[in-house]
This record gives sequence, structure tokens and C-alpha cells, in this order.
Amino acid sequence: MPKRIGVFVCHCGVNIAGTVDVKRVVEEISGYEGVVFATDYQYMCSDPGQSLIKKKIEEENLDGVIVAACSPSMHEETFRNVCKQYFNGYRCEMANIREHCSWVHEGIEATEKAIKIIKAAIEKLKENEDLEPIFVPVEKKCLVIGGGIAGIQAALDIADAGYNVILVEKEASIGGRMAQLSETFPTLDCSQCILTPKMVAVSRHPKIKLLAYSEVIEISGYVGNFNVKILKKPRYVDEDKCTVCGDCEKVCPVIVPNEFEMGRKPRRAIYIPFPQAVPSTYTLDIKNCLGLSPLICGKCKEACEAKAIDYDMREQIIEENVGAIIVATGYDLYDKSKLVEYGYGEDDDIITSLEFERMLSANGPTKGEIIKPSNGKEAKKIVFIQCAGSRDEQHMPYCSSICCMYTAKHALLYKHHVPQGEAYVFYIDIRAGGKGYEEFVSRVMKEERVNYIRGKVAKIYRDGDKIVVCGVDTLTGKKVEVRADLVVLALAILGKDEMAKKIRVAVDEGGFFKESHPKLKPVEALSRGIYFAGCCQSPKDIPSAVAQASGSAAKALGLISKDKLEKDPLIAFVDENCSGCGVCISVCPYGAMVKEGGKAKCIEALCEGCGTCAAACPSNNIEMKNYRDKQIEKMIEVII
Amino acid sequence: MNFEPKIVAFLCNWCSYAGADLAGVSRFKYPPNVVPIKVMCSGRVDAEFIIDAFRKGADGVLIGGCHPGDCHYVEGNYKARRRVEMMKRLLEEMGINPKRLRIEWISATEGKKFASVVEEFVEEIRRLGPVKK
Repeated sequence: MPKRIGVFVCHCGVNIAGTVDVKRVVEEISGYEGVVFATDYQYMCSDPGQSLIKKKIEEENLDGVIVAACSPSMHEETFRNVCKQYFNGYRCEMANIREHCSWVHEGIEATEKAIKIIKAAIEKLKENEDLEPIFVPVEKKCLVIGGGIAGIQAALDIADAGYNVILVEKEASIGGRMAQLSETFPTLDCSQCILTPKMVAVSRHPKIKLLAYSEVIEISGYVGNFNVKILKKPRYVDEDKCTVCGDCEKVCPVIVPNEFEMGRKPRRAIYIPFPQAVPSTYTLDIKNCLGLSPLICGKCKEACEAKAIDYDMREQIIEENVGAIIVATGYDLYDKSKLVEYGYGEDDDIITSLEFERMLSANGPTKGEIIKPSNGKEAKKIVFIQCAGSRDEQHMPYCSSICCMYTAKHALLYKHHVPQGEAYVFYIDIRAGGKGYEEFVSRVMKEERVNYIRGKVAKIYRDGDKIVVCGVDTLTGKKVEVRADLVVLALAILGKDEMAKKIRVAVDEGGFFKESHPKLKPVEALSRGIYFAGCCQSPKDIPSAVAQASGSAAKALGLISKDKLEKDPLIAFVDENCSGCGVCISVCPYGAMVKEGGKAKCIEALCEGCGTCAAACPSNNIEMKNYRDKQIEKMIEVII
Repeated sequence: MNFEPKIVAFLCNWCSYAGADLAGVSRFKYPPNVVPIKVMCSGRVDAEFIIDAFRKGADGVLIGGCHPGDCHYVEGNYKARRRVEMMKRLLEEMGINPKRLRIEWISATEGKKFASVVEEFVEEIRRLGPVKK
């Protein structure tokens, strides 16, 4: 327990010192009980700042250090590593006087509060005991959730490094949104042409176990040792036996909209979402099948020469232990029925950007013809509306990031498909901040003669066989009215947050996962061992999704390539006066409390250090290491 | 003299403490009356800490946890919520207005919410005045 404490107050340039009177803080703290030295410095985290701490530990013979600076999530590790050269890392604590004080308060009150925060940290430090990390083994395997381009990239990177990957995809095939796209900006390569080789590489990789048509239903455990339960839905078709001949499909009497085609093309109840699907197999969609039990139709099985169809398949629960998890669950589009001003998107001739992607695709519902869905005739005049639901306080306030670019691409491809057609784009601003992006947009504007109108669309309504789009051109101040055949909404992008509760990660208003730090830890979740890739973290284009996926893979590899993992020793311990009532055993979410010899005992490897047991113990016989009752009570005292 | 409430905030490490960090990063100003103590989980907040804070002169106690279902430790926040309900009844018995104890779910993405909760709570305690001894 530290007796000679040194306090180091950081200016953080003007971030702290601009608000908090650091000299007064030092003066006040210098005389505080247990403190033998206090000073301030411009940037404590810098090399000279760290050297200053080292020098003073030696000179003043310090046995404990307080760094009053930013949030511990930024630099606790930095300063503990400095201190570890002299003594146990738990003899170093941080006082957060930046995020919790100088950035949010002003004047003398900020200084007063900073002093309280530092005193509370000192009181905690005084009772800290030296702790050694607990080492736990690491499961050398990674789970990737989501088989879009981000998940595929992450899985391939990890597998190529020689580690086992389990790739779970909810849909019948991997490929995700990218597989639905026609061509990709700004180079206009065909999306499937560049994606399918990667999909095939996944299916052939000996280190990748692909579980498509499967869902992660439960995740327990902790970093290095997650236990995952995966539900494998029955396809009623043996993936290995299916030859994709298509005989089953020909005889299936049920016709439903194909989700892959955004519902714009029919499929049968037994189907393959698109020809290049991986795994390359048909799937019997039991929700739409006439029925297996009792068997009503049975035609597909009769038609299948390969004997791949098995009506007795059942759902399977697969359990896997993994060391790291990469979440790449992708995005959805904003619900167009919420857009009152655009007629709730109910009209047949008002379509979404993804529907337009399918329309542009050579193998899509219209075989690449740009038509009015209402009458099947070629669309001679088309309007693209950007920021449909994005950058709008009534809907989603954020920028969906990729719509400017794909709308430019849409307009260009439209002009290539319908050279005599007229294309209009309504936009708020053009955001083309990527490699080659600005050049691409200006090419579309100039060479392709697409009419860009700066302004939001106020109203859309049908008049005969036309859709009338009304808005104001804010550059000229004039009203604009376009009588269009087809309207394409660049809808806001939403994160898919269904995994959030299972991985216990916060999501923001758009359903995007919260990363550990917005700049410096953009792929890490707050929970250790969980990483993000792609649009589940924020809207992004393909190159960024791929880069983030490789970043996640590198992080996951850094973890699973270790033999042992350091675990925080801030766990519970039971006092010898325990009466053995068992309340702690009932409240512990990890099963870390057991009864031994009539008393409770904490299993170190299982305890996660939440402290619920300590708070629940009716006889006050459980304490949390370095978060002991008396430490917290002392902190309360100095705060008040 | 103006009454300046003294408020202790127990913030869970994973959501509310990070939410307070985000309030800072985003420069959302709020009154300085609340001083945080980080706990790993809102479930760690012992009933004794609450009593102790009021005994030592706190005018209010704020507990910040993860949203229901988001708890890093599965269900610590549910236990905290149950405990707070019990404590509110107990505080009333002790002659302390139960409104002085508040539990809020503030996620790591809700910097704005952290600032507004603090602002609102400080206002409420200001209206209630100091705890009568």
C-alpha cells in the first residue's frame, strides 16, 4: 500500500490547463496526506513527460503514482507501464480531469472539481494492493459473424495466417450486400466478378469452417475463451450432394419474391438465391414450402437425381470455443414507408437504391433494362434523390457516407443503359472524399450530362403515368419540377443491431456498434476480444470495409496467436468470516462462486470482477480487489 | 448563499463512465456538482455506499449503468435497479426524499444523455434543497 505518493498533473496542452488552474491544483495536492511530491507538466504522456515520472520516482523515492490527466481508457496502460519498471502496476492510478472535468466545466469550479477527483484517486491508491495478472489459456480460433465482404476478408486473412476460423452467415449464401451490387464505384468493375473469387476461396479454405444458413444464438465466456452456440437451420438439401442442376426448382409449385432481388423477381420455395451462391447448393425455404410434415407435395425430392434432398433434416445446435470474435453483420436500408414527403415510397415507380442495383444487373429482374416497374416500359426520365432519410433531423441525422458516390454511379450507368434518357440528381452537398471519387463525380456531371440540382425534394406525387418531383434549386432559388418515369431513393443506412445484446455492445441511434475509441481503437469493441468490420460499425464503402476487416483480423490474430492471456486480477475474494449463506452463488452471472467447506470461494479464472457478489453479500464478507468497500467509502468522503 | 448540491455518481466502467467520457470528448457542458466514482458494474453499488454518501453529507446519489440487456456482466444492472428500488423505500423511512437517489441507463454512445441527466438531476436536487439533518 503506497505511502509515498507522487501526483503528476498534466496540462494536455490547453485541454486541461486552459480551464483548470493546474498550479493551484498542484499547490493544494502537495499538502495532502500521503502525497510527498506533486508537479505539473505540459504533456505527461509524451516521452519527456514519462521520463519526468521516472526521474521523480527515483529522486523522491515514490512508491505510488497518480497521473491526473485524461480518461484511463486513453492512457492508463501507458502510465502503468512506466511505473512497472519500479513497482507493481496497481501502484499507479489515473484521475480523469479532462473528459470528466476540464472539457465540460469552466472557471474556478473546474479547478475545485479537479482537486476532488484527484483526492478521490489518491484515497483509492492508498489502499490498493499489489496484484499480479491472472493468466488464462487462449482458444486459438476465431469466430466471424456475417459473410459479407467484410466478414469474408476477415475470415480469409485469419485463415491465411494459419488459424482456424468459423464463419457464420445467416442467409443461404455468403456475399452479403456486395453480391447484390451491379458495378462498383469509382472504377466500375463488376461487383460479383471481384467478389465471387473471394467467396469461392472461403469455401475451399481448409482453415475456414463455413456455417451458412446459420445464426449465432448465444455467446458466453470472455476474451480468449468465448463459448458460442450456433443454430444451423435445416436446408433440407445436402450441401455436398447438391449439383445445382435446378431440376427441383422446375417442379416446385410455390412462387415467392426473391429477397436477393429485393423482391423484384420471383423464386420457388426451393431455390438458390443467385447462381454464384456459396455454398453452391439449393435451399428449401420451409416457411413457404407447402409442407413436409405431413408431406404435401414432395415433387422436388422426386425430381432430384442426386438424392440430395432430405426432408428429415433438423436444426442443429453447434457449440464452438473461440478466442476472438469479429462482428461483420452489415447494414439495412431505412424503411422508405417512413418517408412521408416521398409518398411513403408506396408507388411502384419509386424504388430504393438496392432495387435499382438489381435492375442494373445483367442477371437481375429486368436483365439490366431500366424500366418503370408499373408498366414495364423504358424509363426515359429518372430522378435520384440523395439523403433520403439521412442528414435529416426528422429521420436519421447522420450522413450515410456512400450515397453520393453510388448515386453518381447509378446516374452514369443509367446514361449508359439509356443514352437518350434524362437523369436528375437532387443533393444537399456532394461528399466525394475518397481516392478517385471527386474525379468520378465530376465526370458524371460533365461528361455524362447528368443534371445535378442542389436542393431537397419537398414533395413527390403521381400524375397519370408520371411521378412528379418538386423541389427548389437552392443555387438559383427557382422551383424545380421534374416529371419522371422512375424515382430512386438513396435511403439512409442503418446498422443491424440484432447481435448487440448477444455480444453486450452498445449501439448508437443508427444501430451502429460503438467502438472502443472513435479514433484510436476503431475496430475494437469495449469488451475485449470482440472486433468490428464493415458497415455494422458505421456506413462505409467497400475499400473501407475491407481495410477495417483486415484491421480486425490483425487484432484478432494478435490475440489468438498468444498462448496465454493476461486477465485483470481485479476480482472478488471471500473473507474467512463467510457464513456460507450462498447469496453470492445465486447472483454471480459467471458461476465463479462455489461453496467449499461450508464457505463461499471465488474461482479466479471465471470471475470477471463485476462486484455484484460484493454488493449482495449480507454479511459484508466479499470484497473486490482494489475496489474494496473502504476505498470507495474514502472516495465518497473526499468527494463530499 | 446559493445552495450548491453535492452529488456522488457511481458510474459503471463499460457504459456510463464511457458515456461521461464521450460527453467530455463532445464538449457537452454540465454542472460540476456531480463527482464520479468508477465501479466496474452498477451491480457493485452496495446499499451501504448509498447510505454512506448521504450520511457524509451528499445531497444526491446518481447511479449510471448499462441499458437493460446491455450489461457487460449480463445482469448486474438489473440487480442495481432492484437495489435502488429497495433503497428508495429505505431512504423515505429515514426521512430522505427518495428522489435524491436516481439510477439511469447511459450507454457509451450517449454523451448527450449523460450531460442532460446530470443537468436535470442537479436542478432537481437544487429544488429539493439540502438534506435536512
